[in-house]
Amino acid sequence: MAETVAYIARYAEVIAAPLWARTTVTSVRHSGDGYAVVTNQGEWRCRAVVIASGACNVANVPALAAAVPASVTAVTPLEYRNPDQLADGGVLVVGAAATGVQLADEIHRSGRPVTLAVGEHVRVPRRYRGRDIQWWMDASGVLDVRFDEADDLARARNLPSLQLAGYPDRRAVDLSALSSRGVRLVGRLAGIRDGRAQFSGSLRNHAALADLKMNRLLAAIDEWAARAGLDGAVSPPERFAPTAIATSPPLTLDLASGEIRTVVWATGFRPDYSWLDVPVLDRKGRIRHAGGVVESPGMYLMGAQFMRRRKSALIDGAGDDARELAAHLAAYLAGRHAEARARRDAPSGPGLRPAAATL
Amino acid sequence: MTAAAEKQIDNGVNVTALLGAREALTAAPEAAKFNWRATCKWVNGTHSRTSVKGFFGLGQEQSHKTEFSFDVDHPEIFASEDRGATPVELVLTGLAGCLTAGVAAIAQLRNIQLKSVKATLAGAMDIQGILGIDSDVRNGFEGISVKFDIDADASREEIEALVAQSQKRSAVFDIVTNPTNVSVSVN
Ligand SMILES: Cc1cc2nc3c(=O)[nH]c(=O)nc-3n(C[C@H](O)[C@H](O)[C@H](O)COP(=O)(O)OP(=O)(O)OC[C@H]3O[C@@H](n4cnc5c(N)ncnc54)[C@H](O)[C@@H]3O)c2cc1C
Repeated sequence: MAETVAYIARYAEVIAAPLWARTTVTSVRHSGDGYAVVTNQGEWRCRAVVIASGACNVANVPALAAAVPASVTAVTPLEYRNPDQLADGGVLVVGAAATGVQLADEIHRSGRPVTLAVGEHVRVPRRYRGRDIQWWMDASGVLDVRFDEADDLARARNLPSLQLAGYPDRRAVDLSALSSRGVRLVGRLAGIRDGRAQFSGSLRNHAALADLKMNRLLAAIDEWAARAGLDGAVSPPERFAPTAIATSPPLTLDLASGEIRTVVWATGFRPDYSWLDVPVLDRKGRIRHAGGVVESPGMYLMGAQFMRRRKSALIDGAGDDARELAAHLAAYLAGRHAEARARRDAPSGPGLRPAAATL
Repeated sequence: MTAAAEKQIDNGVNVTALLGAREALTAAPEAAKFNWRATCKWVNGTHSRTSVKGFFGLGQEQSHKTEFSFDVDHPEIFASEDRGATPVELVLTGLAGCLTAGVAAIAQLRNIQLKSVKATLAGAMDIQGILGIDSDVRNGFEGISVKFDIDADASREEIEALVAQSQKRSAVFDIVTNPTNVSVSVN
């Protein structure tokens, strides 16, 4: 953690761009041939805007949360800090992506019985053939697959995060590991009726889909390893036991009985664009963009899932994306500049600001 | 694409039309709103006949080429005349038809030639529930098992992936695995 903080802090030094701390952007809108940016520190004008405000500002909570009985406390991962925060007693964790499996594991270790509701998920082993899975995905180019090469980009952009945790003991947090530790697995939370949670009967298929997907990834890694001449240098290919699912996972759970004291909504995050007053959102509230180049000229996006490549929403993905988008942005500004000169435009207004504001 | 794409695969599924529809409906999601209907008339005893013909979709009324009708009854051991399948067998029929159609369509999409597909379904039920003998026993299936025998030009993994994907895309699989609000009223 300290390493990561230092690494990012060094960026600020190296880049030495003007940095405005404690500055919240409350509105961005079209203005002339650029944008007006309203902040709590005053209003700026700029010709280009990079939206780098993060992909996980708001916790997704499904509408059925309204039907949770009042006796149960609901917590989002943004509010959660540690298990001691939670009442003693049972915890229902909804969602089995990285956040859900990590919280289920941690809360279960605190002695609170955990039920984990599992929908579509992505299973990968922490270690494979003696190396970390991230090493394999990086080295084999899986993380570098570009947005214009992806089979189904819409799907790739919606894929849940990997069931992984970065514990020092490298323990697995996949479903088999969690259930062997005593976490109870149930299907996707599909409804709540009269205080009873109803879980989908699709758990087995979701687990089968994840196992198949994992095996395809491992097969692709093995193929690459053979081509790269790594066979012999690393341990031989492995395959993992299919996810263990109980014969009849429970389909309902009485949330009003007192057994469950807390529900944790580990059902994903979404960006907050409430300050964005430029019509670039689709009907689902996502920014319309082609590899980070937003529809509105001079507007760019960073840090979105599979934005330009599979690693776009990872810390390590920002560099490559930034290089390409910065080149596009610079060309845009240069073009604008030439146009502006030709039109003998007056220089930009008072209060000199960087040409591109970065949120 | 590889040799697989050049191979002539024909499972009798018009994938181009399906993909075209998907694209068109992504652009015009209103047209994706369908309404399926059935009309049931009591015949006698536990025997009834349900027919389907019209439905709504793509923004307008639609119709099957002909009216299809289904006789529903119970076997003689239920003191019925056995003039049709039981309602729960028709649920299995719906699930089987939905998953099998999905297998064919997805196989076509993935360039897999099917030679034969057979699904064997079983639904376990304790009828103490419907008879009101034990209120702890549910009326419906305790569980449903679907076993596919598939002969195709594909590896076992590819076939398993077909079957998994067909569940993911299936309407009836969703209907039987997830709760649905049902409102029944009297005119
Ligand atoms: C639970 C979780 C675990 C993760 N684990 C990993 C991991 O192990 N490895 C990895 O590589 N990546 C991981 N990631 C992804 C990683 O966090 C992101 O790639 C990275 O944070 C993206 O950086 P960013 O600068 O684009 O966005 P953020 O880090 O989200 O930063 C956005 C910034 O913009 C600010 N902001 C938002 N709105 C406004 C506004 N209106 N005005 C002013 N400022 C605003 C926010 O306050 C924030 O400081 C994880 C993400 C999550 C959610």
